[in-house]
Amino acid sequence: MIHRFLPLLVTSAVLVVGFLLCAAQFPNFASLRVVGNLLTDNAFLGITAVGMTFVILSGGIDLSVGAVIGFTTVLLAVLIEQGGWHPFSAFAVALAVAGGFGAAMGAVIHVFQMPPFIVTLAGMFVARGLGFVLSTDSIPINHPLYAELGDLALRFDGGGKLTLPALLMLGVVAAAVVCAHWTRFGANLYALGGNRQSAELMGVPVGRTTVAVYALSGLLAGLAGIVFSLYTGAGYSLAATGVELDTITAVVIGGTQLTGGYGYVIGTFIGVLIQGLIQTYITFDGSLSSWWTKIAIGVLLFVFILLQKGLLAVWTGRGGAPAEA
Amino acid sequence: MSRTWLISAAAAAALLIGLGGAQAADKKLVVGFSQIGSESGWRAAETKTAKTEAEKRGIDLKISDAQQKQENQIKAVRSFVAQGVDAIFIAPVVATGWDSVLKEAKEAKIPVVLLDRQIETRDPGLYMTAVTSDTVLEGRVAGEWLAKQTGGTCNVVELQGTVGSSPAINRKKGFDEVVAKNPGMKIIRTQSGDFTRAKGKEVMESFIKAENGGKGICAVYAHNDDMAVGAIQAIKEAGLKPGKDILVVSIDGVPDIFKAMADGEANATVELTPNMAGPAFDALIAFKKDGKAPPKWIQTESALFTPDTAKAEYERRKDAY
Repeated sequence: MIHRFLPLLVTSAVLVVGFLLCAAQFPNFASLRVVGNLLTDNAFLGITAVGMTFVILSGGIDLSVGAVIGFTTVLLAVLIEQGGWHPFSAFAVALAVAGGFGAAMGAVIHVFQMPPFIVTLAGMFVARGLGFVLSTDSIPINHPLYAELGDLALRFDGGGKLTLPALLMLGVVAAAVVCAHWTRFGANLYALGGNRQSAELMGVPVGRTTVAVYALSGLLAGLAGIVFSLYTGAGYSLAATGVELDTITAVVIGGTQLTGGYGYVIGTFIGVLIQGLIQTYITFDGSLSSWWTKIAIGVLLFVFILLQKGLLAVWTGRGGAPAEA
Repeated sequence: MSRTWLISAAAAAALLIGLGGAQAADKKLVVGFSQIGSESGWRAAETKTAKTEAEKRGIDLKISDAQQKQENQIKAVRSFVAQGVDAIFIAPVVATGWDSVLKEAKEAKIPVVLLDRQIETRDPGLYMTAVTSDTVLEGRVAGEWLAKQTGGTCNVVELQGTVGSSPAINRKKGFDEVVAKNPGMKIIRTQSGDFTRAKGKEVMESFIKAENGGKGICAVYAHNDDMAVGAIQAIKEAGLKPGKDILVVSIDGVPDIFKAMADGEANATVELTPNMAGPAFDALIAFKKDGKAPPKWIQTESALFTPDTAKAEYERRKDAY
């Protein structure tokens, strides 16, 4: 049974060993504050990556998420600051718009049998462009509720705290684990990503599942946009550029196969934390160029893809397929 | 996955952490600097100067390059707080969205200094001081030099910076103040060259054409050196002598303009010093020593440079950029 979990185990081991190495070098590293920061700073990335995991499990890809985050922050800022909306109604609108946007892309992908890469690439340009149409400036959100939500946190000793974004991310990850492994939707997803044709023959509602998975990814990107706007207290159309690639990286490092059908949400969560850990290490060091973050992550990504490929070869050699979860 | 394995792993971790703790003894001042990125030569010079200024004062400077992203800057500031540095410098990429992370620094009693740009905040108590140049003054210094040089009579064409950007607005404002005081001085044409060499050249070409082959132009005032370098090219191509037929005055003080001045093709530049960190370190050291808070705004010098020192200044600068 162990081989099914091997990629996940390797990812977890990398995180633990990495953290111990950092802690060994910097005395203040092994603190609740750093762990809390890791969760808060990467909350928007983690939430988005959960949606991306679902999309990739279904055999697709969603390049629009970073742009949707940027668009959402601007939409919120415009609604709240210029439209005088209450933040909660603005949140509802933003989530509906982001989810609807994702659903529309899913529908196009299914109905016209278009490659997800192209459709979501177009979606990325549309969302980023719409953000700029709303405003090219960075708009501060001064609603008192924003400051309150920003201060909301479970506090621990030594300056450590779980902020609202961190809690939201943990909640999303937990819900996603349940959804992926213990619901009909989750089973359909794995079936669809594993083999589309046999999934169809088994009676998986392919169209509905495809639309739902992109809607979910859009919705989570919208939620990540809300978290991002809480995080910076502003809306900016250039926010979260390149986040789609960071999330795909987290998904792959987390042990999910890019071709779909195999992987774990919890692995993605660990993948996000590994990226955050590398970034924190480089800041703590303070003399390395921050571009080493990208290099280290690139190397990790490469190693993990090789690992997956190797495992796949071993499995097929033994005559067994990678087990579905 | 036996129990002994777990115990030995935990023991190893504890040992590692213990070792780490032993290194924290030396009492050097530690400053974390969240830099925007390295998008321009000036920015790179600012980072480089910060390093040398820190070395001069025996300060341990930790630099984090945010690659133009605010989220990276916020992460860096949080990491600096977690690390327990003595002070944090930020060159903010955008003006908004700093309140919550600055609050965290304040709760940890770590002073924050803004470098080269201001922020929009509800509570100015969140940062100790901001070290920036006075961009209005830069425009005024350039204008005053030109007024003195020409005896207050000159038809000026102006190359503006990016429309709506604060340095463009302020550099125009400062220059206009001088023009208003000198009835013989007139801005006959003004247009944006977007702070770039290519646009500066293009706009200057159209100015020359519009002003009867450049005969009516006494001087060109460019909001940055790059546009001035482009304008010099355009003047030469029109068969005129830059620096003689048309005077060239600009702002920033990048190496290329000193080279042009040494060649006699430009007449003056007002320096925007890349040494923002130096005054910040001094303010910080004074604050740590006797708790005296510096003024809320530390202005850097806006020094004027002319061709007589251009060669030496070029030699001095070309390595910093």
